[in-house]
Amino acid sequence: MVSQERPSTPVQVPVPRVEAGPVCTPGEEEPVIEVRGLNAWYGGFRAVKDITLTVPRRRITAIIGPSGSGKSTLIRCLNRMHELVPGTRVEGEVLFEGQDIYAPGVDPVEVRSRIGMVFQKPNPFPKSIFENVAFGLRINGYRGDLREAVERSLRAAALWDEVKDKLGQNALRLSGGQQQRLCIARAIAVEPEVVLMDEPCSALDPIATLKIEDLMRELSQRYTIVIVTHNMQQAARVSDYTAVLMMDDDRAGYLVEFGPTREVFTNPRDHRTEAYITGRIG
Amino acid sequence: MTAPALSKTAEWRHRLLRRHIVGAVAAVLLRVAAVAGIAALVLLLVVVARDGLDRLSWDFITSYPSRFASQAGIRSALLGSLWVLGLTAAFAVPVGIGAAIYLEEFAPPNWLTRIIETNINNLAGVPSIVYGLLGLALFVRAMELGRSVLAGALTLSLVVLPIVIVSAREGLRTVPPSIREASLALGATRWQTVWHQVLPAALAPMMTGVILALSRAIGETAPLITIGALLFVPFDPHGPLDSFTVLPIQIFNWVSRPQPAFHQAAAAGIIVLLAVLLGMNAIAIAIRYWSERRRQW
Repeated sequence: MVSQERPSTPVQVPVPRVEAGPVCTPGEEEPVIEVRGLNAWYGGFRAVKDITLTVPRRRITAIIGPSGSGKSTLIRCLNRMHELVPGTRVEGEVLFEGQDIYAPGVDPVEVRSRIGMVFQKPNPFPKSIFENVAFGLRINGYRGDLREAVERSLRAAALWDEVKDKLGQNALRLSGGQQQRLCIARAIAVEPEVVLMDEPCSALDPIATLKIEDLMRELSQRYTIVIVTHNMQQAARVSDYTAVLMMDDDRAGYLVEFGPTREVFTNPRDHRTEAYITGRIG
Repeated sequence: MTAPALSKTAEWRHRLLRRHIVGAVAAVLLRVAAVAGIAALVLLLVVVARDGLDRLSWDFITSYPSRFASQAGIRSALLGSLWVLGLTAAFAVPVGIGAAIYLEEFAPPNWLTRIIETNINNLAGVPSIVYGLLGLALFVRAMELGRSVLAGALTLSLVVLPIVIVSAREGLRTVPPSIREASLALGATRWQTVWHQVLPAALAPMMTGVILALSRAIGETAPLITIGALLFVPFDPHGPLDSFTVLPIQIFNWVSRPQPAFHQAAAAGIIVLLAVLLGMNAIAIAIRYWSERRRQW
């Protein structure tokens, strides 16, 4: 690994390109999350290695790459969900608003209430639509009008008009796309600063996918969004920045390229990125 | 040279016939195996019903045991069984569900957890009379509870506890991990996740398993005889410290008498015991049916 200069915030553009360790700093953006030298293990298997990147505020950052390149592992390290799997381990730093979320004494519960997550398969609670959204508010001790907060979140997730007459209905009776928008409403109800989305459309049809993509653009005015996707068109359509991961010979995922989405897709600086987005890898 | 791989030669057809015969024979043998279990049960029910149905009456249920076979009833045994069952449930269900929640939701995956898990699984297979000896030493003598309902219930709690734990864990495992992840990702603590999401979703399957585990307690005889439950109880148990008998012991008592009239009483008692058992199983099935209709993952 080549040592890298760590620019202070706010970050300026010029970044030396190095073959072994791509430094990845979108210029003139205010970072919310800074990942520094992140490694994550499942038992003895290292799933991602030496990842350094910054996530800019109120932008959509896409993480793309072939299967097994550690995309999901990386995103789950950003709100300490990775450690829920027994036998896992994380090294390196993830600075959130300047503070390392892996520092001793940091409560993962607090981290997760500030960095929300939407999962690959819609996973509403087997309860009413209302209770799905209200749960996060209740456990975080929300003092205010629950109904109003639920409505606000459902409107923000572009679901209100479809469910306003059946808030008491079991959420499992909604369609897949509706369930996923409910999960987004549930995540933003607790007012996180960042919303992580792990392949949020992979279980959805194209129309539901487009709705979620529109919604993401809408939400990016207020929230920072990180999305893992195996769909390169999706990354190109919705994201402002794109990180490309690849699987190394030891099967660990590493960062190949990170930059503004348009540059990554039209003028990739790394031949592996080019090979991937033109369909020759993965 | 060689024939094409799938050509239908005479030899191939002959082999096909043999394959079908083997399949048909296997199907018949498997059916016999399936019917054998049911047949034994049906035979048992028929014999018991033939002997005991005439003897079964409201008087039989509400009368105390008697020296006279025609007047003997199961009142005290039925009440004793219900007392013991109720107290056993009161002890074994909270402890068993608590242990299951700990093992499923909280326990770190280390050697200590593995030792606990292995031992619980082994304890589920320990003969119940061993628990009877433990109950005799611990509850009856050391804790000086005597031959009481309480001592019996505590002993049976030990018998069913491993089974309750195992079935409660199976119930908890029916809740997909994605539900736990969803809750934790919202900033819920582990306990909030368990209490607000996992338990409500797992309640029905857990109760089904727990009721079936408890139904084992109502048929247990050996450990209760070991701790000294009485054979002849012409009075109602009024509290946990009263002495008692239970249905299987009463039936055992009657079966061991020489007079055929007592054997009829035993058969009638068996019908009551089976009715209680099937009733509990019916409740378990009803809970499962009702909950499966309500939710799909």
